[in-house]
Amino acid sequence: MFRYLPLILKNALRSRRRSILTICSVAASLCLLGVLMAIYHAFYFGEATPAQALRLITRNRISLATVMPISYRQKILQVPGVREAMVMQWFGGVYKEPKNVFARFAVEPARLFTLYPEYITSDEEKKAFIRERTACMIGRAIADKYNIKLGDRLTLSGDIFPVTLEFTVRSIYDSKDNNETMYFNLDYLFESLPAGRRDFAGTFVILADNPSSVSGIAKTIDDTYRNATVQTRTETEQAFQLGFISFLGNVKVFLLSICGAVTFTILLVSANTMAMSVRERVREVGVLKTLGFTNAAILGIILGEAAFLSLIGGIAGCIMASGLTFLVRQAPAFIMQLKTLTLEPSVAALILLAGVVIGVASAFIPAWNASRTPILDSLRYSG
Amino acid sequence: MAIPLAYNIRNLTVRKTTTLMTALGVALTVAVLLAVLALVAGLQTAFQSSGNPLQVLIMRKSSTAELNSNFSRAAFQDLKFKNGIARNKAGEPMASLEMVTVINLESVDSPSGMNITLRGITPIGLEMRDGLKIESGRWFQSGRREIVVGKSIEKRYPNAHIGDKLKFGRGDWEVVGVMSAGESAVNSEVFADLNQVSSDYNRSEVLSSALVRATDEVAATALINDLKTDQKLNVDAIAEKEYYASQTNSAAPIKYLGVFVAVIMTVGSCFAAMNTMYAAVARRAKEIGTLRVLGFSRGGILLSFFVESVLLSGLGGILGCILVLPLNNITTGIGSFTTFSEIAFQFRVTPAIMVVGVLFGIFMGALGGFFPARNAAKKEILVALREV
Repeated sequence: MFRYLPLILKNALRSRRRSILTICSVAASLCLLGVLMAIYHAFYFGEATPAQALRLITRNRISLATVMPISYRQKILQVPGVREAMVMQWFGGVYKEPKNVFARFAVEPARLFTLYPEYITSDEEKKAFIRERTACMIGRAIADKYNIKLGDRLTLSGDIFPVTLEFTVRSIYDSKDNNETMYFNLDYLFESLPAGRRDFAGTFVILADNPSSVSGIAKTIDDTYRNATVQTRTETEQAFQLGFISFLGNVKVFLLSICGAVTFTILLVSANTMAMSVRERVREVGVLKTLGFTNAAILGIILGEAAFLSLIGGIAGCIMASGLTFLVRQAPAFIMQLKTLTLEPSVAALILLAGVVIGVASAFIPAWNASRTPILDSLRYSG
Repeated sequence: MAIPLAYNIRNLTVRKTTTLMTALGVALTVAVLLAVLALVAGLQTAFQSSGNPLQVLIMRKSSTAELNSNFSRAAFQDLKFKNGIARNKAGEPMASLEMVTVINLESVDSPSGMNITLRGITPIGLEMRDGLKIESGRWFQSGRREIVVGKSIEKRYPNAHIGDKLKFGRGDWEVVGVMSAGESAVNSEVFADLNQVSSDYNRSEVLSSALVRATDEVAATALINDLKTDQKLNVDAIAEKEYYASQTNSAAPIKYLGVFVAVIMTVGSCFAAMNTMYAAVARRAKEIGTLRVLGFSRGGILLSFFVESVLLSGLGGILGCILVLPLNNITTGIGSFTTFSEIAFQFRVTPAIMVVGVLFGIFMGALGGFFPARNAAKKEILVALREV
């Protein structure tokens, strides 16, 4: 088989324009397939980071927009395996203009760094953030985007909560996954609300002592409140984030059907090219056979050419796809999972494999026909 | 003289397989784009048919959705007698105090449950929903834990049929009816008695929002201005139509992803169309030479091959439209971060969308066909005739 390699290469390079166009076309489709599969992979097969694997989120069973009593924390802390539990309350609101979107949470600063060890900031900044009631901590990306420095004032006007809060930026944190969140002191929020409307929790973030106890903790907490007026739902942080995606519509079906359409398009394009290229050299196949090439060898040569073209297309596609995932990572964080979108080696390998399989499958019929055309017929063929 | 169109059509029919395969490639690209457009159009229809142009929605200052708004009974008493509010046949002001919250229901798509808007409402509020009618069952009775669900909810949630009981607030609520109101967002909501809902949620005094109907359009604008500047009420007023129209952006993430996919697929399909046309030009070198000998100009040949490419991809565009037609009227749901709940709607493959599809196909053909056509036009007669 390998001794035909030079012949395959020569054939592939014979009509340069056609080969390049085919490669470009296959590359564009495989690049798209790569990005979509990377997204699918990130959503449904994404590995939790070590810190994430230890975190759970408890919320009101009815919906995220409904709160729980803050007193639930006591019982949650008593559940075996729970190391810490912190209230995390979505604030929403507007910073200067409604189009300035980043997540804003009221939290308990003293507990925050136990739960999110991945947030890196200096000890002085940490202390200042914990000590000062009106302090806030923002991610590096926010600081860069809005040109905010330590000590700056920052005002949020609330929508869910009818208050306007003014903060002093006391800390800027770095994190590998998420540095587009703003945190501030829950006590400050409660103080600004009327007395009867304090002491609630939108969500509890819970830290487990090890990843294996996570599912047990979730069950225990939900069972504790099964017959209470306010019931809870506890899930891993990853599952919680996935819930947001399902909120955007039936994303799974959407991604899969586009992947299907793209794959089918590559099949068409590649089959078309190979059919054209084989049709051009029917006479040549006759000559090869006269020289003693067997049917199998001719089949192999043509299939090899298809595989070669789609492999090159696949490699180009993967390179483009990893470029695109890089761009996606730079985009504002709307969906958490997209912040760390990468073309995993396993996905890239799958794309290359898919490319080659599709290439070979699509070339099979023209190749089969060519290899079985009788010598005399093919020599007489005039194109 | 131009080369007759029949020449191109015959050429396309002679190379049936190639034509069909290239056209299908274009068709799939068009289909992906159209599916996304149909989804967005469906969502738009649902929101645009919600609301009455004369009605004004009143929420707490700076809140963006009914869900995070609050509005007290006392304020409502002040509001009811503002100038410019229409009266119904019985002479009551058409103003409705409402409470909006969300409940969680398990659906086929998401076993962990989706959020649904629950609206506590009074008889006058029902009267103010245009085209609202009971499809089956009956309306809820005041003072009872009874609910009426929108028809999309009944369709999508197996636990929300008449006779079923749903647990929220302080007890079990019985589904007693199914309602519908054209294509509007009401179809994705659950209605119940205002007083019962508010007492279950401990919100008897502070409810969510108020809806009022103005006597005419001028009065509606005046009313909005009046309410916005009213220091005592301290509320925001927005035309009901506008409120719903602004929610169309829930489809934005899917729309962006769809357009991104369509753009990349277009690039791929353009290359494919180019390939096919180059092959056509190469195979017909002799023909081109002959046409030139017969006196057709270079321009004529350029146009002819260009037209052929456009025909090919136009066919693809039409095929693409046919491919997405089955999507029409399929119901799907999208969550809105404004209402924190799901709205169900149907895909709409409108004629306008199909026109876009065909044009898009033609655009791809034009892009992919230009260079091969120029290549054909540039051929020298003698060289072309000698080519095999």
